[in-house]
Amino acid sequence: MQTDRAVVTVMGRDRVGIVAGISGELAEANANILDLASTKMGDLFVMMILIDISGIKVSLAELKERLRRRGEGLGVQVMVQHEDVFRYMHRV
Amino acid sequence: MFSKDEIIETIRMILVEHLNVRAVTLGINLLDCVSDDFDSMRDRVEEKISEVAGGFVEEAKAVEEKYGIPIVNKRIAVTPASALLGPAIVRIPEEGAIELAVELARAFDEGARRVGVDFIGGYGALVQKGFTRADSILLRSIPRALASTERVCSCVNIATTKAGINVDAARAMGKVILETAWATANRSGIGCCKLAAFANAPEDNPFMAGAYHGLGEPESVINVGISGPAVIRAAVEQSQGEDFRALAERIKRTAFKITRVGELVGREMAERLGVRFGIVDLSLAPTPEAGESIADIIEAMGIESCGAPGSTAALALLTDAVKKGGAMATSFVGGLSGAFIPVSEDAGMRDALRAGSLSLEKLEAMTSVCSVGLDMIAIPGDTPPETISAIIMDGMAIGVVNDKPIGVRLIPVPGKGAGDVVEFGGLFGSAIVMSVSRFSASKFIERGGHIPPSILSLRG
Repeated sequence: MQTDRAVVTVMGRDRVGIVAGISGELAEANANILDLASTKMGDLFVMMILIDISGIKVSLAELKERLRRRGEGLGVQVMVQHEDVFRYMHRV
Repeated sequence: MFSKDEIIETIRMILVEHLNVRAVTLGINLLDCVSDDFDSMRDRVEEKISEVAGGFVEEAKAVEEKYGIPIVNKRIAVTPASALLGPAIVRIPEEGAIELAVELARAFDEGARRVGVDFIGGYGALVQKGFTRADSILLRSIPRALASTERVCSCVNIATTKAGINVDAARAMGKVILETAWATANRSGIGCCKLAAFANAPEDNPFMAGAYHGLGEPESVINVGISGPAVIRAAVEQSQGEDFRALAERIKRTAFKITRVGELVGREMAERLGVRFGIVDLSLAPTPEAGESIADIIEAMGIESCGAPGSTAALALLTDAVKKGGAMATSFVGGLSGAFIPVSEDAGMRDALRAGSLSLEKLEAMTSVCSVGLDMIAIPGDTPPETISAIIMDGMAIGVVNDKPIGVRLIPVPGKGAGDVVEFGGLFGSAIVMSVSRFSASKFIERGGHIPPSILSLRG
């Protein structure tokens, strides 16, 4: 089963504006947020966002680059991966 | 949605434990390039590699991007060169034919360079039962071929469980290896890093130097080699205090996850290139990077330094658990599928050598429970060819009697002796020259001929 969803993972020191910054960038690209969770690992803030990429206005590579740049400004690391990598690893 | 723990586990494997796909290898059939006119065959070989593999590296990069998983090596495997060469060298005297073989190697190199892959495997021959004329020519051309190319790898299969061991080939390979070392003496014998003698060489092996596109393979095919020694080591480190049953279970679960990534990447690559997805090779492949070491896993199990008593049992447990976990994770398992213990490419193995816990003899014992045998072992440059042949034969015997693939990749380093350090660079790493027994096997090797297949081959 092929789906068009991706997982955005944001990691870094917690600060004001991370959620707003990243979700703003997603909205800009027309990526719908389907689910969102966050957690703390020691000092590290980790946010995981499941997004629908079927209607995005830019390529996935471009979206990744935009999020990476936005993340840099916020002092966080952003990864974007097609959800299949998680599905393959964690679901049989 | 996935749980937070699942997502974090995956991210940790990629960022902290360097999870990657070690090799995606595109197998290409070149039999339709065969011609009795050498020039047209050579041109066709270069063209076909470009045609089939033109978009290979670009697609691999797109897949890396999509899943956030690095694909470390993009490679090509082709039909064994000796099977291509025959018609083009009929009636051409030996020296001229050898020169044409070297030119074919250069065509492989050029094809690989054009499409941007780092290695192309298949400059080899299958001689387990004997030599065709083309096989003999090809074997003799190997030193010059490897000295005049960058990307070409050579694998010569000299034994199988069914055919026994071609001792004449083992004898020839002793000389070929030494000549290759001397032909690349200005770079510490690096040609030998790209040359392996094999028993039971799989037709779908994605790893160099043993990769070639077997005659039973389809037109073109994607084969994937997984990785993940650091991921497995992290799992083993979490198992302190657990017994072996729990340890095996833990490795199995982790191997499953690593292999699934290989399966995903392989399927996607095959779909993008419009070719068949072949196999996932379950081998754990180390690199010279810190942490990416099989020796480290063995030590994390509780062995003070790799090579100490217990190392063979530790490696056996590791290989078996990786296979069991991996077999569940992929539709087709193939290639070598076992742990690799290439000495120069594994920083932990080098440390063990330095510490004095690892010897050639212990490595030989360890090869009986893993896949690629005596791999990337630097030996003194003055090792006699008969001794090299005899080491190869020991490896072949382990492969044939255990009915498994095994390779021997030895690097006699010109001008160096035991204990000297040699830098090969890149993926080949650096090596400490190992000492080799000073006792001779020359009378044994001089017998020549063929060791008959073991009784194990009488099946069916």
